[in-house]
Amino acid sequence: MADPHDGTEQGSARPFAPASSDPSRRWHDMGGTLAGPVPGDEHDFALWEKRVDALVILSGLKGVFTVDGLRRVLEDMGEEAFETMTYYERWVAALNQNHLEQGTYTVAELGAKMEEVRARGETYADAADAS
Amino acid sequence: MPLEPGTRVRVKTMTPPGHIRTPFYLRGKTGAVERVLGPFANPEELAYGQDGRALPLYRVRFRMADVWADATTPTDTIDAEIYAHWLEPA
Repeated sequence: MADPHDGTEQGSARPFAPASSDPSRRWHDMGGTLAGPVPGDEHDFALWEKRVDALVILSGLKGVFTVDGLRRVLEDMGEEAFETMTYYERWVAALNQNHLEQGTYTVAELGAKMEEVRARGETYADAADAS
Repeated sequence: MPLEPGTRVRVKTMTPPGHIRTPFYLRGKTGAVERVLGPFANPEELAYGQDGRALPLYRVRFRMADVWADATTPTDTIDAEIYAHWLEPA
């Protein structure tokens, strides 16, 4: 997998004009401000990114949360997250936050699962060997 | 009853924290209802895991000059979809 912070992935930090100096305008509410040219570069999605996308769609179909809940968390994550995390890194964080809020699993259950997955190894190949 | 197309409306200038679908750049601006899109669940409630009460959603048309004072094409228009609770009579 490519380094998610190398600046080539979708959603990586790109310079943009500050939306406004008005403190009542939230950081993400950039509509109507100058944004410069639209980047036309293509992006190949990693397997984990496709899985995050699928989980968000499935969560909506299952009635766990809506796109509104996803966006709410993305906005609340703040401008620093927008500049330092990739698109699907932010999505998976927002996905998790909504599932925790809706009680799909507990923080402790999440922690135990993460340890279990970590023990499989760093790569998909390692994980396949371990199973 | 939803507002009739053609009704002049002003976007409220309130700035509550939280998930909002009304763009900042349109707050306080005046336009006209272009059409009623129908009742939709309020995204400001859906965003927090609530069911979301159904509200009229309007497509509101603004003259560029009414949005940006220095618009280079002042008679062009811009449409935005805005929920009923963000609109007041103009």
